[in-house]
Amino acid sequence: MTIVDSPNIPRGLTALANPTRFLALVRIVLPFLTLITVILLAIGLWMGFSVPDDYQQGRTVRIMFVHVPSVWMAMGAYMVMVSSALGVLVWRHPLADVAARAAAPLGACFTFLGLATGSIWGRPMWGTWWVWDARLTSFLILFIIYLGLMALWNSIEEPARSARMAAVAILVGAINIPIIKFSVDWFTTLHQPASVLRSDGPTLAPEFLYPLFTMGLAFLFLFLTLHLMAMRNEILRRQIRTLQRKATRDIRAKKQATT
Amino acid sequence: MKLIASNIAVIRGEDLILQDVSFNVSAGEALIIRGENGSGKSTLLRAIAGLLPLEVGSFSIEDPTNGFGGTTHTDLCHYLGHENAMKPAMSVGENLVFWQEFAGQPHLDIDEAMDMVGLDGLQDVPFAHLSTGQRRRISIARLLISYRPIWLLDEPTAGLDAASEKQFSELMKAHLEDDGIILAATHIPLGLDSTKELVFGAIK
Amino acid sequence: MIALFKRDFKLALRSGGGAAIALLFYFAVVISMPFAIGPDPILLSTIGGATLWIGALLASLLGLERLFQSDAEDGSLDQMLISTVPLGGQVFIKSLVHWLVTGLPLTIMAPVFGLFLGMSQDALLASMATLAVGTPAISFIGAVGASITVSLARGGLLLSVLVLPMCIPVLIFGVGAVRAAVTEPDPFLPPFLLVAAISLFFAVIGPFASALALRQGAS
Repeated sequence: MTIVDSPNIPRGLTALANPTRFLALVRIVLPFLTLITVILLAIGLWMGFSVPDDYQQGRTVRIMFVHVPSVWMAMGAYMVMVSSALGVLVWRHPLADVAARAAAPLGACFTFLGLATGSIWGRPMWGTWWVWDARLTSFLILFIIYLGLMALWNSIEEPARSARMAAVAILVGAINIPIIKFSVDWFTTLHQPASVLRSDGPTLAPEFLYPLFTMGLAFLFLFLTLHLMAMRNEILRRQIRTLQRKATRDIRAKKQATT
Repeated sequence: MKLIASNIAVIRGEDLILQDVSFNVSAGEALIIRGENGSGKSTLLRAIAGLLPLEVGSFSIEDPTNGFGGTTHTDLCHYLGHENAMKPAMSVGENLVFWQEFAGQPHLDIDEAMDMVGLDGLQDVPFAHLSTGQRRRISIARLLISYRPIWLLDEPTAGLDAASEKQFSELMKAHLEDDGIILAATHIPLGLDSTKELVFGAIK
Repeated sequence: MIALFKRDFKLALRSGGGAAIALLFYFAVVISMPFAIGPDPILLSTIGGATLWIGALLASLLGLERLFQSDAEDGSLDQMLISTVPLGGQVFIKSLVHWLVTGLPLTIMAPVFGLFLGMSQDALLASMATLAVGTPAISFIGAVGASITVSLARGGLLLSVLVLPMCIPVLIFGVGAVRAAVTEPDPFLPPFLLVAAISLFFAVIGPFASALALRQGAS
C-alpha cells in the first residue's frame, strides 16, 4: 500500500492507485452486503430451528447448521488467502496482501467456531469433548496455522516483506486443506464422512439440506461483509502509516532547510 | 563489452529509492557512484547484482566481441557488499577455497590472490583472528580467485589504511586494463584514471 | 554444491556449530521424562517411542534458526542468492547437512537413550527406523520456516510456531509405527511408509518453497 508521492510514477506503479478506488467501491457495496447477510442469517436460523429432531441425533442436529458453514468458511478463508498469496508473489498486487491479512483473523474465528460447535455436539453424541482423530486433528492444525500466520505478519515490521514472507508460508500451509477435506475418506475416523459435498450428490435428507444451504450462504455473505470491512480497515491503517512517515520526513526536511 | 541500465526504478520497503536511473559502462571503464548516505548507492549496486527486484527498467549486456552478449548480467558480476561473507570459524584459506569452488571459473589461485592483497602466509590463520582491514582485504581477494568481468563494489575501501587503499587501486587498474568493468559506491577517490561518475542527490 | 556441503559440514562440527548441543539437548529431554511422569517402568516403556520422537523433534528445531541466519549476517547469503548454482539446490544441501549433523546422530543415539526408558528391543529398532526416515522431513520443513524468519532477531520462537504444525503428521505416523511394532495386530509398515513418503514429499517441496522465501526476502 505504498503511496508514492511522485509526479511521474512509473508505469508498473499505477496499480497503487487501486486502493482508493477499492475504498469507494466498498462504501457502496457494504450496506447491501450487510443487509443480505442479516436477512439470510435470520431465514437460515429460523429454518434451522424449525426442522424436526433427527431420529438419531435428536435436537443436537441443529448444531450442524452452524458447525458445517463455519467449517466451510474456515477453509474458504484459507483458499482466499492462498489466491491472495499468489497475487502477492506473482502479480505483486498491492491489494493482495491486504486481502490475505484481513482474511486470517476471520478464518481463525470460523475455525474456532467450527472446533467449538463440534466439541459441544461431540459431548452428548460421542460422549467426549475431543478425540484425536484425523479430521479433528487436521482442523486443529488449521487453527494453529492461522495463528502462526498472524504472528508472522505482526513480527515483520516492513509491510512489503511481511507480505511476501506470509505468502510463502500460506502456500506451504495449503497442504493441510486437502488433508482436512479427505481425512474422513483416507483414515478411519470418528467424524462422519462427507454427506453434502461429495461426487455422487448429497446424502443428507432435503429437510436438513435446505436450511444448511441457507446457513452456508448466510455465512458466505457474513464472511464477505466482514472481509471487506477488515480490508477497508487495513487499507486505512496503512494510509495512516504512510501519512505518519511522510510527516516525519517533512519535519526532517524542514529542520535541514532552517539549519 | 558494455553494461547498459535503462530507466531503473527500485522500491525498497515502502520508499521509491531509485527512479529513472540510466547509464552505460564499457569494458575498461569504471563508474563511480557518489551521493549522500541513503541516496541509493547501495540499492543500485544490489539491484544490479540481482538482489533487489526492479520495479521498472532493465539491465542488459552488449558484447559483440567476446560472446557474453545475451548472458544474464548477474552471472558476470562479483558483488562486494558491506559484509565480508567469510566464516570466522574457518581459516582464511578454507574460506577462499570455498568461494572459489562455489563461484566457479577459477582465476588466480589462492596463494597468488593472497599475495596480491599483501597477506600471503596467513592462509591457515582463522578468519576470526584478522583485523578489520585484513578481513576486508581477504574479501577483496575473493574478487581475484574467480573470474567475473564486472565488479560491483559497495564501499570497498571501508576499513583499509592508506597503503592498502593504494594496493587496491592498483588491483582495480589491472582489472580495467583487462577489459573489466567496475561499478563502485564510495565517497573517497579510488585513484582511477578513466572513470565516469553517477551522482545521486539527497532523498526527497 | 559439493563445496557448500563440505563447508557447512565443517562449520557444523566445529565449535559453536551446535551439532553436539542438539544431541545433549535430546538426552536432557529424554531423561527428564521419567522425572515428570514417575519411574514406572511399564508406563515409561509405553510412551518410550513418543518420548524419543518428541525429543528428536525439539532437538532438530533447535539448530534450524541459525540455518540461514549466520549466512545472512555475514553476507554469505547475498553471495548464495547471486550465485549461478540453483538456490533450491543450495537449500537442499544445507537441509541435508542439517539432517546429517542433527537428525542422523539423534537417530543413532535413540536406541541408547531408549534403554533409559525400558523400551523393548522391537520398539527400539522401530524407533530408530522411523526416526531415520522421519527426521529428514523436519529438516526440510524447517528450512522453509528458517528462510521465512531469517531476517527476524528472535525468529526461533516464530519458527517453531510455523514449523511444528507441519511436523505433526510426521509425529503421528512416526509414533504410530513404533506403537504398531509392539502391539500385535497393528501392521508396522503402512505408517512407516507414510513417514517416508512425507519426508520425500518435503524434500521436494521444502527447498523449493524455502528458495522462494529467501528470494522474496532479499532486500
